Amino acid sequence: MILLQVVVSGLLMGSVYALFSSGLTLIWGMMNVVNFAHGDFVMLAMYAAFFGYTLLHFGPVFFVPAAAMLLFLLGVIVYLGLVRHVARGPMLAQILGTFGLALVLRYAAFWAFTANFVSLPDTLVGGTFDLGGIRIEASRLLGGVLALVITIGMHLVLTRTMLGSRLLAVAEDRNAAMLMGIRPDRMQALAWGVGAASTGIAGALIALFFYISPTVGESLALIAFVVVCLGGFGSVPGALIAGLGIGVIEALSAYLIGAVYKDVVVYTLFLLVLWVRPQGLLGTN
Amino acid sequence: MRPGGIRTWPLAALVFVAIAAWPLLVQDVFLQRIGALVLLAAISASAWNLLGGYAGQVSVGHAVYFGAGAYSSLVVFNQWGWPPIAGAPIGVAVSMLIGAVVGTPTFRLRGHYFSMATIAAAELARILVANWPLTGAAVGLMGPPVPRSVWDLSFISPVPYHYLFLSVLVVLLAVTWWMTRSRMGYYLAAIRGGDRAARSLGVPVLRYKLYALLLSAGFTSMAGSLYAVMVGFADPDSALGILISVKMVIVAALGGAGTLFGPLAGAIILIPLEETTNAAFGGGGTGITFIVYGAIIVLVARFQPGGMAALWQAVTTRKTGSASRVS
Repeated sequence: MILLQVVVSGLLMGSVYALFSSGLTLIWGMMNVVNFAHGDFVMLAMYAAFFGYTLLHFGPVFFVPAAAMLLFLLGVIVYLGLVRHVARGPMLAQILGTFGLALVLRYAAFWAFTANFVSLPDTLVGGTFDLGGIRIEASRLLGGVLALVITIGMHLVLTRTMLGSRLLAVAEDRNAAMLMGIRPDRMQALAWGVGAASTGIAGALIALFFYISPTVGESLALIAFVVVCLGGFGSVPGALIAGLGIGVIEALSAYLIGAVYKDVVVYTLFLLVLWVRPQGLLGTN
Repeated sequence: MRPGGIRTWPLAALVFVAIAAWPLLVQDVFLQRIGALVLLAAISASAWNLLGGYAGQVSVGHAVYFGAGAYSSLVVFNQWGWPPIAGAPIGVAVSMLIGAVVGTPTFRLRGHYFSMATIAAAELARILVANWPLTGAAVGLMGPPVPRSVWDLSFISPVPYHYLFLSVLVVLLAVTWWMTRSRMGYYLAAIRGGDRAARSLGVPVLRYKLYALLLSAGFTSMAGSLYAVMVGFADPDSALGILISVKMVIVAALGGAGTLFGPLAGAIILIPLEETTNAAFGGGGTGITFIVYGAIIVLVARFQPGGMAALWQAVTTRKTGSASRVS
């Protein structure tokens, strides 16, 4: 029974992983650029939720969309100001650009918010459900389910709407898309906005039940890389499956081996998969 | 952008004379210490440069090799009472072994995948070391508290370290220079241009990437050992943290990745900056240092991806009025 409980809480965490990893995979698939600051975007969203609550007395109904909007803006600004210029440069410049951004965001957060851990009050989304012996905190259930719904929604928007088709057209062939009257720059800016907004929602949701600190983005970024590599880059369904899988693996290894080693298991798995299938577990090409 | 252009050597010679004379010119221990630290950073960044610059394989996990060197030195002292420097060859061997085991499969990955795999491998090493009693777990290890003999290389003044580091740097740069002139240098340049193209030209890509990594890992480990000898302490964050890797990349990239003197130039600019901010802001300075570091590499990536070396190149070609602009 306790094992089932561990799996369920892993799935709920995993669906949040899936949400922010979808943002990373979208950006990566669109322009073959990795956002090394992705985890720090999540961190900023967590602080946005925290300050939205403590300073402005927003409830989750307000601070989740607010964080999404803030991060959307940040994503677009980062694309226009930085990524657009380095994307066609040498590999080193691409990596340094977003890596530098990650450092700036992380240490600016240290400076502005101090290294102390903070968290939202437990009572914000209080209560615990008892589903046939499996106890789930309401905050985790809300976060997990909402993240799952939004990830699926993102997939539907990408595959079923005109806008999604335009985005995918640019991802597939920038020049051909241009000939069809699509402006690649706008689409890529939009992809960065949406990708960052996904970290905004995910971060605000994790903040409901997770501690917040300036360095929290470091391990979240690695998780997003793992999820994207396993799921195949550019694939939202892949990220969803991989995200849920990583959530469960992490929860199980924390339970069976010890909390310290959960990252060891995840990173080892990541390296093994990269060695066996450099294109990702579910990826083609 | 070949190193050792006509205009570069006189300047480099001047810089080296200045570096050699530095501890004699300044009597202040703080400034002398900065000199030694500049050289140490130049060693690790130049070592990174062999793989990340010349071969174009951007590793963000070189802290593994740095940590292997630092920990080997302190483990031989704590376990068997050897002088820490005796751990340096062990560190080099361990680093090369890690490089061969981790590097060989990773080299099939291209571009970003490679960088991410190196980050994951380094984080893995950091977590394992932080939970391993032999390496002092999260607390870390100390070197000899008082020097038992001159072999402990434990000096109060930074000056002996300065000349020790300088000689290692000179050896490293000589090896690098020799490499760029050899077949390996041309192979690596081809690999940097693109795996597939290099392979189609008959370059044994995986083998030469591995050679570059072994060389790079060995010297990085050496830097780690020297660090441990000088500071007399290592813990998971100070020897294996991601910032150690990032610093090597930043120093090399600011000066000019894939150039002979680029990493040294980067170290000359960044390390005094870092040390003075640390001194000015105390413990909180680390945070500010990395905000500045981050901002610098964003700006370099955005406006001058070739680093200062590209800038220097542009200035000198304009001066000589050379029409031959070979990129």
